[in-house]
Amino acid sequence: MSSWDILTLTAGLPLLGALCILFIRGDEKVVAQNARSVAMWTSLITFALSLAIWWNFETSTPGFQFVHTYEWFPALGIRFKVGVDGISMLFVILTTLLTPICILSAWEAVKTRVREYMLAFLVLETLMIGTFIALDLFTFYIFFEGVLIPMFIIIGVWGGPRRVYSAFKFFLYTLLGSVLMLVAMLAMAVTANTTDIPGLMAFGFSPEMQTWLWLAFFASFAVKVPMWPVHTWLPDAHVEAPTAGSVILAGVLLKFGGYGFLRFSLPMMPIASEYFAPLVFGLSCVAIVYTSLVALAQSDMKKLIAYSSVAHMGFVTIGIFSVLVSGSADARTNVQGIEGAIFQMLSHGVDSAALFLIVGVVYDRVHSREIDSYGGLVQRMPIYAGVFMLFMLASVGLPGTSGFVGEFLVLAGAFQTNTLVAFIAATGLILGAAYMLWLYRRVIFGELTKKSLMTIRDLSPREIVVFAPLIIIVIWMGIYPSSFLDVMHASVENLVNNYRSALCTAKVIVCPQSTASVLTE
Amino acid sequence: MFTAAIFLPLLGAIIAGLLGRWIGARGAQWVTCILLVVSALLSVWIFIDVALGGNTRTVELFTWIDSGDLEVSWALYFDTLTAVMVSVVTIVSAVVHIYSVGYMHEDPHKARFFSYLSLFTFAMLMLVTADNLLQMFFGWEGVGVCSYLLIGFWYHKPEANAAAIKAFLVNRIGDFGFALGIVGTFLVFDSILYETIFAGVPGKTGAAFEFLGMQVDIMTTLAILLFIGAMGKSAQLGLHTWLPDAMEGPTPVSALIHAATMVTAGVFMVCRLSPMFEAAPIALNMVAIVGASTAIFAATVALTQNDIKRVIAYSTCSQLGYMFFAAGVGAYPVAIFHLMTHAFFKALLFLGSGMVIHAMHHEQDMRKMGGIWKKIPITYVFMWVGSLALAGVPIFAGYYSKDMVLESAFGAHTPVGMYAFWLGIGAALLTAFYSWRLIYMTFHGQFRGDPHTMEHLEHASAMEREPVAMWAPLLILFAGAILAGLLAYPLFVGDGMMAFWGKSFPPRIAEVIEAAHHTPAWVKLSPLVVGAVGILLATLFYLVAARADIPGRIARAVPWLYNFSLNKWYFDELYDAVFVRPAKRIGYFLWKKGDNATIDGFGPDGVSAAVKRAARRVAGLQTGYVYHYAFAIMIGVAAIVSWYIFERAV
Repeated sequence: MSSWDILTLTAGLPLLGALCILFIRGDEKVVAQNARSVAMWTSLITFALSLAIWWNFETSTPGFQFVHTYEWFPALGIRFKVGVDGISMLFVILTTLLTPICILSAWEAVKTRVREYMLAFLVLETLMIGTFIALDLFTFYIFFEGVLIPMFIIIGVWGGPRRVYSAFKFFLYTLLGSVLMLVAMLAMAVTANTTDIPGLMAFGFSPEMQTWLWLAFFASFAVKVPMWPVHTWLPDAHVEAPTAGSVILAGVLLKFGGYGFLRFSLPMMPIASEYFAPLVFGLSCVAIVYTSLVALAQSDMKKLIAYSSVAHMGFVTIGIFSVLVSGSADARTNVQGIEGAIFQMLSHGVDSAALFLIVGVVYDRVHSREIDSYGGLVQRMPIYAGVFMLFMLASVGLPGTSGFVGEFLVLAGAFQTNTLVAFIAATGLILGAAYMLWLYRRVIFGELTKKSLMTIRDLSPREIVVFAPLIIIVIWMGIYPSSFLDVMHASVENLVNNYRSALCTAKVIVCPQSTASVLTE
Repeated sequence: MFTAAIFLPLLGAIIAGLLGRWIGARGAQWVTCILLVVSALLSVWIFIDVALGGNTRTVELFTWIDSGDLEVSWALYFDTLTAVMVSVVTIVSAVVHIYSVGYMHEDPHKARFFSYLSLFTFAMLMLVTADNLLQMFFGWEGVGVCSYLLIGFWYHKPEANAAAIKAFLVNRIGDFGFALGIVGTFLVFDSILYETIFAGVPGKTGAAFEFLGMQVDIMTTLAILLFIGAMGKSAQLGLHTWLPDAMEGPTPVSALIHAATMVTAGVFMVCRLSPMFEAAPIALNMVAIVGASTAIFAATVALTQNDIKRVIAYSTCSQLGYMFFAAGVGAYPVAIFHLMTHAFFKALLFLGSGMVIHAMHHEQDMRKMGGIWKKIPITYVFMWVGSLALAGVPIFAGYYSKDMVLESAFGAHTPVGMYAFWLGIGAALLTAFYSWRLIYMTFHGQFRGDPHTMEHLEHASAMEREPVAMWAPLLILFAGAILAGLLAYPLFVGDGMMAFWGKSFPPRIAEVIEAAHHTPAWVKLSPLVVGAVGILLATLFYLVAARADIPGRIARAVPWLYNFSLNKWYFDELYDAVFVRPAKRIGYFLWKKGDNATIDGFGPDGVSAAVKRAARRVAGLQTGYVYHYAFAIMIGVAAIVSWYIFERAV
């Protein structure tokens, strides 16, 4: 492992690029062009750096790697500490992958205030990476909440006509959760006398305290996921956001909630997590069925995909909390649920990002998100139809694409914990296919009769470059998911074992004497 | 060799699909056809080596999913059962590929068509060569997608699009059961490898586990869940509605996917997982009952259909029912035997009807045909042979397999076996009747169609009416429809059976087949008798006494019965009213009343309205979101400070 702090460098680089963009001078056209180039190059180098992280990552190590600590406010005991484990590392890659794609996709679509737009994206990237690598409670909080600022700006400045309403709605939802989480974090810091995340994981809060902490964190994470019934900000935010904004929102920001559960709720509040798992299952099951049905009724493409995101994230939350195997005498655990959840988040990150880009392609040409404005596109846009088909099938969870692996592992995990939950979740497979196939048929198939579509162009070379990496990744993840699963094994196993032993120690579950001590298998 | 046989079709699909623009339609056809023929030849070699030589083998490729105890690899597993399936699939597929060159010669999207066909073949091969449940599921869904793509191949037709979606969704309902069956199997056996599961079955037989809050028998539950998947794919009663609609696709597709291969995947699954089903007698009975019921149901519907392809589609559905009840009474080799012969004669019937449709300029309604046998004599012969095989007339392939199916049902000597036997006999009568109804309506009597079409038919040369590229490949199926039963009988269900199948099936099959061979003479004769009666009745109704219009009179005498059959027992209407329309209505209701009115109304919109009111009262200065953000920070700071003070004070 290298001694230089590659994580901080990766996170800081986009910020540096943003500073450079700030100093670009000249007339508007030159500024726009240079801003694009700087942003593109910065994000590409960042991506390359993040691949170096992956390359040097020790998959057999369960703990944090590339750890570096800097004193920040020594007086308050706040430090800047970074590190990644098998759970967070791939999210960093996801972020650095999607950012250049977003920048490239906005190359021609964004015409006003290009410099500010690029600036916002680079700052956003820094904050997102920061969220995933932060190992200090307050650093995490700053990144976690700070992400919202550039996101609000992106929606508020480059968004659609109702952007203020949707930004406002988003903000209201987040507000409550943020405040509660901050209070909970303070309580943790004071109780444990540390803000170090690994330290807090090992601390062991009292069961009563865990309950309150869990609920406070839940308020924040559930909004981010989003879980039913706090999901209604998402369709509005997506509809109003510019394409690249939607991509980041669906691709990365929605993963904050799931990541939060894995980083905080499960390891720091295992007893409460187990106690509240039925609540999570209930809400997730409702989310899957409810939002799938709602998606069926949508007439706006982006709203439909937004609702499908809620359903897909329902799988994620089910997977995260399916740890214990029900009815086993020796309190067995399973890792499929959590690994499936992480995989599903990554897969959804790529797939939903691609679907929003797909909507963006026709939106740029026709300026409508209404499904009824389209029809018969395959006759003028065969390549587009093919690309859309692939991501539609991935979203449906076809084996051989990324979507299947995550859903299947979650089902396998959930079935071991609660068969009813698995049963209800599996209905999502049917409903998910229904709304996606129906969407595809209405947009792509049929006769081409609309006047506005008569001259529509197929994907440009630039757009093909945008989609190509996503296509490769979706198939790669479906055929050979081991390259991703191998990264998580050690960390997830560690998480699950600690979770189990915490429950054993607290006598929440009955554990055989002999296996209780075997934690490092 | 083994790997090549499976992956050559994939290679063809990729070349035709991605490079179709560059190599052109002709190039795409050549590439896919040649690769498929090579694959078919290799499969014959595999059949000789594995099935006849007894060399079971596994080709491990690479890890697929590895998570905790769940370890699955991409692998190709070859035993006799697989070898039979691989041969049937690649041979029929090769025939269909070559036939399609002629059938699709006017279509502007040939490269895409051939790419899909090859991709389908690959998925089907992955399904049959899997050594674990998950890879089978991969192939299972893969063939489903290809079927969806090919049904909707003519995407400008709304009916084709609707049929494609219907096929995918109904199959997904089956897959819902299949997927749960897989995860359930994993929970019970800690593995989804066939080998490990089968080894563990005896230990779990009779044991119970908790499912949906009930204590249920493990093996029965798992087998039923898996069988739900098989019902979807093989269009069994309840989940059959997609198959007739699937006829919207090009006819070669109907022959390959919706007759010879994909729809038989469910039968294959039950046979492949026979050790699991053996441990679940209740599930096995369910298989037999569903199969027998489907056999008779589909046959009654086929009686009144007027679309030539739909008659054959319902016939397929009915024959799949036969295969299932054979499997349901434990006669797995018989099920596969019938699967194999059926693949030949049903593909022949479909491709023959494709030649009729081709000659009739895409007319599929039999009421608009008639008297054309002299114009297309080769087709006429093909259809006769296919029908003879289907009806189970001696010497022809269906005679051996169908008789065995019925004899095994009788030989089971159980109530379920008897149910299957008698319904099977009834269905055999109907089968013979509708087959000859089809022949007479299509080829005999007066021409009832558009005179324009007839004129075309008169003027076209023999070559144009029946292109050699179309009928030549059918000779293979023609030979198969005549000889497959006779030749395969000793190996599949005869004396060489146990050696031939090796370990593919549980040892109980020896007794089951033995019992089938020792049924009374009347049992052996009755299929033949009812078949002859069916043919004679059809001859009377539609040829000899065609003027008398007996069918019309019957229909008028009992209109409700006629309509019940014509409208396919009203399944589509029922599903539409119970599932499809309510789903959309509920979705709309939840969106408008749930999300917008309730959640938003009491949530953000309500709160923001309240905040606005409060803000106006308190400040009356600013509205808008910057202010609120500041407001939030203040609340946060206030909370922190007060909490801190409180903590210190305590």
